[in-house]
Amino acid sequence: MDEILLEVDALSRSFGGLKAVNDVSFAVPHGSIKSVIGPNGAGKTTLFNLISGMLPCHSGTVRKNGRTITGLQPHKIARLGICRTFQTTKLFARMSVLENVMVGRHTVTRAGFLSGLLNLPWTWKEEREIGQRAMQLLETLGLADSASESAANLPFGKQRLLEIARALATEPSLLLLDEPAAGLNIYETREMADLVLKIREWGITVLLVEHDMSLVMDISDEIVVLNYGRKVAEGEPQQIQRDPEVIRIYLGGDHA
Amino acid sequence: MSFDQFFQYFLSGITSGSIYAIVAIGFNIIYNTTGIINFAQGEFLILGGMIGISLSSFLPIPLAIAAAVVITMGVGALIDFLFIRWLKNPPVLRLVIITIGLSILIRESMLHVWDEKVRTLRHFTGTEVSSVKILGAYISPQVLWVLGISAVIVIALSLFFRLTLVGRAMRACADNRSAARLCGIRASRMVTFSFMLSAAIGALAGCVISPLTQTQYNMGSGLAIKGFTVAILGGLGNSTAAVIAGLILGLLEAFSIAVMPLAYIDAVSIAVLLVILFFRPSGLFGDREASALKEF
Amino acid sequence: MHPRLRKYLPISGMLLLVVAVQLIVSASGANYYLTQLTMSAYYSLVILGLCLLMGYAGQISLGQAGFFAIGGYSSAVLTTIDLVPYSASELVVALKRFGIVVERQDLYGNTLLSFAPWLAFIAAVILTVCIAVVIGIPVIRLRGHYLAMATLGFGLIIYRIVLGTGFLGEADGITGVPGFPLFGWEISGSLSRRISNYYIAWIVVLLAVLLAMNLIRSRVGRALRSIHGSEEAARAMGIDTAQYKLATFVLSAVFASVGGILLTHYNGGIGPSEVSSMKSVRYVAIVAVGGMDNLWGALLMSTVLNFLSLRGYFGSYDDAVFAAILLVIMLFFPDGLLRAPGLRNLANLGRKLLSFPGRATKGKSGNG
Repeated sequence: MDEILLEVDALSRSFGGLKAVNDVSFAVPHGSIKSVIGPNGAGKTTLFNLISGMLPCHSGTVRKNGRTITGLQPHKIARLGICRTFQTTKLFARMSVLENVMVGRHTVTRAGFLSGLLNLPWTWKEEREIGQRAMQLLETLGLADSASESAANLPFGKQRLLEIARALATEPSLLLLDEPAAGLNIYETREMADLVLKIREWGITVLLVEHDMSLVMDISDEIVVLNYGRKVAEGEPQQIQRDPEVIRIYLGGDHA
Repeated sequence: MSFDQFFQYFLSGITSGSIYAIVAIGFNIIYNTTGIINFAQGEFLILGGMIGISLSSFLPIPLAIAAAVVITMGVGALIDFLFIRWLKNPPVLRLVIITIGLSILIRESMLHVWDEKVRTLRHFTGTEVSSVKILGAYISPQVLWVLGISAVIVIALSLFFRLTLVGRAMRACADNRSAARLCGIRASRMVTFSFMLSAAIGALAGCVISPLTQTQYNMGSGLAIKGFTVAILGGLGNSTAAVIAGLILGLLEAFSIAVMPLAYIDAVSIAVLLVILFFRPSGLFGDREASALKEF
Repeated sequence: MHPRLRKYLPISGMLLLVVAVQLIVSASGANYYLTQLTMSAYYSLVILGLCLLMGYAGQISLGQAGFFAIGGYSSAVLTTIDLVPYSASELVVALKRFGIVVERQDLYGNTLLSFAPWLAFIAAVILTVCIAVVIGIPVIRLRGHYLAMATLGFGLIIYRIVLGTGFLGEADGITGVPGFPLFGWEISGSLSRRISNYYIAWIVVLLAVLLAMNLIRSRVGRALRSIHGSEEAARAMGIDTAQYKLATFVLSAVFASVGGILLTHYNGGIGPSEVSSMKSVRYVAIVAVGGMDNLWGALLMSTVLNFLSLRGYFGSYDDAVFAAILLVIMLFFPDGLLRAPGLRNLANLGRKLLSFPGRATKGKSGNG
């Protein structure tokens, strides 16, 4: 629990003249749930984009298990065990729910072009396992009934769950959840919180960006607060709740 | 190469270059207002030329050209009404294919109206054999017409976009559609105008170049490719850069004649296109990061 | 029926249809129809490759005719090259012994010495792969308009090269291409072999469909469809989208090239008209009409439209018809004709009966 899984070190990124992420550093301990919060425009999603490799950093490093991953392409970072979900769900709309999760198994399987074209026998077993594992995940997340439905037909709350199921299929060691509770009602948010706790129980470290304060305060082991791209506070939930700077940002004086 | 030869190539280069620039500007006008690349841009030139040629048999040339421009503008507006106006946020791919289909349809219609004969518009001044001597090179007076009218088009357009209400409305639309709409500018009307404007300059260019290059129903796509190359070379949407880029391409082609067989000359512009697309799609003067983030 | 076998039902159905058509056509004494049907088959190979590229990898290509030409012209050049002046050299004698260089008679009884068709085939495909990789690496990074233009440009360059180069026949193309011997039969235009050629062509197509179906249902096929669905999400799942797009680009190039090679042997020659941008546009139109990711739709449309076009039913309006089709489909039926609401129920019914590959529907197992 004390080992550091992810280290973000002096990360910076500008858009034109605007410093979206400005010299941000923090560490995510192995097996913990860490949340990144901050007003709109504070740089949270940009931070995620930097960590997952979708945006190049202008300075600073990101390290996983001591290994530098800054500058790597997104798919390579995914293969290193870091998987992310998206703020606006990016499901594979024309594929079924089950197939969406099956895509998540891509990094842990091998069948290539030639074996695919020729439908070689050794791939049959792999395909079967992919389907089974995907189905298991769907069952765990309560989506098994919709397995063969088109992903686009799912109600919004279930789509969010599907994104997470898909990410879990990659067997990540670090899960980046981008506003998992966005658009969810009170009950769905409660279920989401339980799910994230369960994910931690499975040994997966979670870094999440969220606006829903009750969710964040409830389940986080540690919280990082960003404002205007800078880190203004870091610590356990009670600390953060009492931090005068954080209070000022959220309750008065500052408009993000 | 003697200076005379050099100057001959040079003039040839800037003549074709100005036409390419006009085609590119036509692309840019529509692209800026709508985000669409109008593959049928080349057809506007040929259509204008053909109409001008047909009308010139019973109208004086200036009137024939004016009428050709107006009619082609009508075609531009028609394209907008029939194919573009009622599409709501279509994916880029669909638009690409639609304008390709349109260009073919227009071309085939021209084939059936004017058949595959090569036609020419009468020279504006003089005949095919008259020539004017400039700095040692003998050129047809039509060349001066091309350069002159191209310059007039470019200047008129920049004045139009800078000074007139409609022009500024179009620029506003290009910059920020929703904001423009909040100011009372009807975006759909601007789109129609942009098609009409592109069609108009295309038709004018098509008429003025006809005495030199002649006009045939299938020349549109070649012009479109070159015009597109120039537009990309300058940076898509940037019409000032398009002028420079057009001259560059024109000169490149002209001087290539000195070193390679004629049959391969067209390959020069395509090669330029591929090089630009592969290595610097934002063009010589474009903003690299902005174009990387754009959804083309 | 065992689920694994169920997916082969449509192919067997197709095979029956192929046989049925031949029997009907021959019985009614209209064997000349078989010629256009055979040609349609080879064009369909191009279509299938493009379907994989457009419908599954989500990349448009307006340059497939270019790859068709690379295949066709390479094999034409190699099988018509005149090696007789070198027949005394040791190298040629050795090649002859291994069957790499073969002898044949031309119309006037002269002996000709050229490369064997099977060697030309392999060489042409290798050349295609090389060019596709070289062109593909930069092209695959482009999107939308730029991708369309780049592929169009590629096709045009091939056209210009073919039109302007002496040994490629310039405007006349290459003729006198010999038949392609295949397990005792021969791919050629000779009238006596019309029926066997028809079957050869359609069996090749069915094999291609089989390969394509296998690919679509495989892990790679899923990855491709995910790229089409959301490239960003696909990358987040660890899929190297650039590599997959490139591989699909090369695969579609190979399909087009093989179509070109075989058609060239069937026609006994090839000309620049096969490389025109109009051909590339047609291929795109056909894939669009059939429904971009619908293999069977594309195949059906390809057969019908190519057959009609080759028979001359569109007359001088040939190009205009394809353009019109393109426009109508893009404007009103962007998902293809066979996905239009009214027809969807029919398609669903057919799909349920025959396990067509396609979008997931309610109540069906999603496991490939």
